[in-house]
Amino acid sequence: MEIIEGSAYLLGDNINTDDIVPSHTLTLRNSDEMAKHTLEFIDPDFVEKTDKLNIIIAGNNFGTGSSREEAVNVFKILGIKAIIAKSFARIYFRNLINNGIPAIAINWKNTDFKTGDLIKIDLNNGIIKNQTQKFSFEFSTLPPFLREILEEGGIIKKLQNQFKLH
Amino acid sequence: MSYTIAEKVLKSHSTADKVFPGQYIEAEIDLIMVHEQLGGRIHKEYEKLGLSEVWDPNRIFFILDHWVPAPSVSAAQMHKDCRNFAKKYKFIHNMGMDKGICHQVLPELGFSRPGMLIVGSDSHTTTYGAFNCLSTGIGATDVVMVFATGLLWFKIPESFKINLSNELGKGVMAKDFILTFIGNISTKGALYKSLEFHGKGIEKLSIDSRMTISNMVVEAGAKFGVFLPDRKLENWLSNRTTIPYTLVKPDKDAEYEDVFEYNLSEITPVVAKPSNPDNLAYIEEVEGLKIDQAFLGSCTNGRMEDLRIAAQIMKGNKVNSNIRMLITPASTEIYLRALKEGLIEIFLKSGAIVTNSTCGACIGGHLGVLGENEICISSTNRNFTGRMGDPTSQIYLASPATVAASALAGKIADPREVYP
Repeated sequence: MEIIEGSAYLLGDNINTDDIVPSHTLTLRNSDEMAKHTLEFIDPDFVEKTDKLNIIIAGNNFGTGSSREEAVNVFKILGIKAIIAKSFARIYFRNLINNGIPAIAINWKNTDFKTGDLIKIDLNNGIIKNQTQKFSFEFSTLPPFLREILEEGGIIKKLQNQFKLH
Repeated sequence: MSYTIAEKVLKSHSTADKVFPGQYIEAEIDLIMVHEQLGGRIHKEYEKLGLSEVWDPNRIFFILDHWVPAPSVSAAQMHKDCRNFAKKYKFIHNMGMDKGICHQVLPELGFSRPGMLIVGSDSHTTTYGAFNCLSTGIGATDVVMVFATGLLWFKIPESFKINLSNELGKGVMAKDFILTFIGNISTKGALYKSLEFHGKGIEKLSIDSRMTISNMVVEAGAKFGVFLPDRKLENWLSNRTTIPYTLVKPDKDAEYEDVFEYNLSEITPVVAKPSNPDNLAYIEEVEGLKIDQAFLGSCTNGRMEDLRIAAQIMKGNKVNSNIRMLITPASTEIYLRALKEGLIEIFLKSGAIVTNSTCGACIGGHLGVLGENEICISSTNRNFTGRMGDPTSQIYLASPATVAASALAGKIADPREVYP
């Protein structure tokens, strides 16, 4: 978990949970089916692109809107390894951490990243390297409390361990 | 130490000796609300823990409201999973699907009281802040955590103080205030913050109006939207609960990251244009725009005050023949009261369609989905792309008065011009 490598997919400001998981897919009982609709109104080819692109880099207020955790789970299914954004909506931030997906808030400029850039994230030392454009960012690492949840692979795994111990 | 309401309530629910913004704590939850999400991810994730019980079946409020009655086989199956889980884990407060929308029914039954810490599997759980308690939305994994342990992690939020003064004018509603606030501060302006509503202006706001405001604070990114208590709240609660509670007020020198002043008499009718709730416009800027549908309902605006003002405007008039109007009372109790007061008759005679209480149209689920390029004026809370139907359809968020006036005109209209 400490080092994450992947390729960037860029998104703008205020990408909301209805964008990520349109309401009409919410009653689908098969999560893989639901994942096929991820961001369909924003980029109809998004799902295909995730074969190669697996780190999302977004603007402000990422994940605003509903509490639907499906909007995190579909990214997990599609193999998204981390999400970097200028800021996160609060429920969405919780949902990412709780599901073991690193959420990193940094203030980036629109020239800093392009879709396809090779990205390396060092979670423990707070460094994001854009290997394509050859520069690095520092970010304040997540508090130990949240890193623990990530390291255990999310809250469910944490609870499983907890209940096994007792 | 001096504390804000958020700091006080979170501290009293944790083992921390003192609290400060940015601190992470684990807090004991008083009540958790769950709806159809239970049949989505929650039940599957909970079963992974292999537990035979939940932490406290008496502290779970379960209701079906989003797809009621089931509009599809998949929704019906989801409901079945919900019911089975509620039965297996012996939920005591199982509301079924005939009561209405969670955020209306829960307060009606006296489950939200001052000083409580309430979470729910729905982002608009902030609504209960109107009752001087802390309440906020959480995702499925958080729900599993609470079901298993009764505990949840929180970051102590910074607070914004919002001073309200004076009174809203005729034909202007609490919705106009909160849309104005969101438009001014933006949908990221209050990210993670606790909004505390203060001032003489509160006394003039009905409980219905306060619920509308607390409901939509999440659209500014806020974690809580809590009102200071007053006599009006105590009177309201006296009809709803016999359980004792303690009112929560902030300490005199509590620290606020920012303070906002709003003179309610200066608020005028506004809308949020597509496709973000902070896309604010004065009614004068959009007046005359042709619409296809007018929707009155949802957890934001389907209460008695909302139906009454719409009925006053619509009485003896017809919904414009080029459009359709849908009205969804926020709960069955409200539906019954509206029947008794003759409001439902006014709506039906004017040509509106009245539905059972559900989240249906607001989430584009059923009972009023929009087609290609259609325009809807709606009393709901989100105007995101495709929220109420086709991705090319457009939603203008407005007050119930503006929705009713627009339904008669067939285009966006200023409610002050038709308000009796």
